[in-house]
Amino acid sequence: MSAAPLPVLLPAAERLERAARRERAEGMRWHLQASHGMALLVLFIVGCGIAQAQGGADKPSVVDTLLKWTPVLAKGFVFNLAISFLAMAIGTVAGFFLGAARISLMAPVRGGAWVTINFFRNAPWLVLLFYCMLLLPFQVKVFGTTIPIPDWTKATLGLALPVMANVAEIVRGAIQSIPTTQWEAADSLAFTRRQVFWMIIIPQCVKRMLPPWMNLYAILTMSTVLVSIVGVNDMMTQTQRVLSAESRPELLLAFYSYVLLWFFAYCYPIARWTVRLEARYAVRQ
Amino acid sequence: MTTPIVECHDVHLSFGTSEVLKGVTFSVNKGGVVCIIGPSGAGKSTLLRCINGLVPINQGTIRVDRFQVHALKTDAEKIALRKEVSMVFQQYNLFPHKTALENVMMAPIHVLKEDPKEVRERAVALMTKVGLANKQDAYPGELSGGQQQRVAIARSLAMRPEVMLFDEVTAALDPETVKEVLNAIKQLALDGMTCILVTHEMRFARELAHEVIFTDGGKIVESAPPAELFDHPKQERTKAFLSQVL
Repeated sequence: MSAAPLPVLLPAAERLERAARRERAEGMRWHLQASHGMALLVLFIVGCGIAQAQGGADKPSVVDTLLKWTPVLAKGFVFNLAISFLAMAIGTVAGFFLGAARISLMAPVRGGAWVTINFFRNAPWLVLLFYCMLLLPFQVKVFGTTIPIPDWTKATLGLALPVMANVAEIVRGAIQSIPTTQWEAADSLAFTRRQVFWMIIIPQCVKRMLPPWMNLYAILTMSTVLVSIVGVNDMMTQTQRVLSAESRPELLLAFYSYVLLWFFAYCYPIARWTVRLEARYAVRQ
Repeated sequence: MTTPIVECHDVHLSFGTSEVLKGVTFSVNKGGVVCIIGPSGAGKSTLLRCINGLVPINQGTIRVDRFQVHALKTDAEKIALRKEVSMVFQQYNLFPHKTALENVMMAPIHVLKEDPKEVRERAVALMTKVGLANKQDAYPGELSGGQQQRVAIARSLAMRPEVMLFDEVTAALDPETVKEVLNAIKQLALDGMTCILVTHEMRFARELAHEVIFTDGGKIVESAPPAELFDHPKQERTKAFLSQVL
């Protein structure tokens, strides 16, 4: 007999746990690395060099121009962050309940959650964003009062939808990675299903959910620049405006790689921290 | 003649096409200690899970005290039953995110809604009883298998059950730690707790059980007081099994 593993013989719980872990790992295994940052930096320096060489002596230096516009760009960046926080908060709360619905004992709830998750997880982010921008009204009338819905709220909602579906998958994976014997033990101590869920299963899930959740946040932050396409004043939009105001095409590479560096500087620490957490929890599990 | 506290009659159960229990009938008196022995796959563990309603049966009746277990439908009914029937598992199944003492205190506080102060006192006493007074604040991951299993026993006892079920509780332990767990159970049995144990510890069964049930292939082959079953088995199958394990 060869020493080939016999997965069928593994206890079901262990098999489920492995499947869930593999799925989580492969589904969104995407981490920023220091080399990415170095490449960006090189790109930025080259961009500045090109701009300086082409600009001629009579124009202000590239570095001066960048510094001049940095406050404007930073304002746009703050907007990106605000959208990312909001979308993440909305997506996390909605996704948590959607993920819990995915393991409901009631088949219609389970099925509905499955359809919702798969729809929003597989639809392209940009498409969802456009749907939200175009299908939601620009104002609603409640009891005669007109409440405007600004574009950025619609954009935030558009980004929150795919976040919700991804969070739901993270939650479901984490719940199913808890051995079924924990449910059995809690059941036999006469806990209600709700108590088991909130007091025994979820507290154990938090650790396992944190790394993929943070990874999702980093992805979301980088995706917030999509809102520039639908006309929200984020860093990307500001950059376009600055460039058209300067009307110096040679600045293009310098400015866009500058924007990239900002996002890298924000997301890289998150990515590193995620990797560290993953390693730590992998050992302890 | 007292009425038994646990009564199983003609219990049948199948998972899909495989029949696990094929008509099991036995009863346990209050304060009785019954050991269920038999080869793997005989349905021993499944039988225990049927008694506390974790696994619903297909046919027959199970009564525990005032509960008709086979007729329990809702979660609320099952919860009422499980307040009186506690179970200890082979793999301990402690809650890893809570300390040993919290594991013991959780169910009485949140299920029985008892006063946390009283529960704490009781839990400390139980931890002392199982010999782990100094491990109250340790997390399950920091305890040895034998210690974890003793916490699991204390956790079940904290519910003040009428009946305790033990599912091969020493099977995952090394021979030295088996003894500390068995001593804890022995103490319980001597205190008059009704115990149903699935076990491979023949010496323990012989010493402590009032009745030993030998099962094979989903049926009870033979049941008798330990002295009789171990020394003078009547069935050929029992003899064959005992000659293998003794």
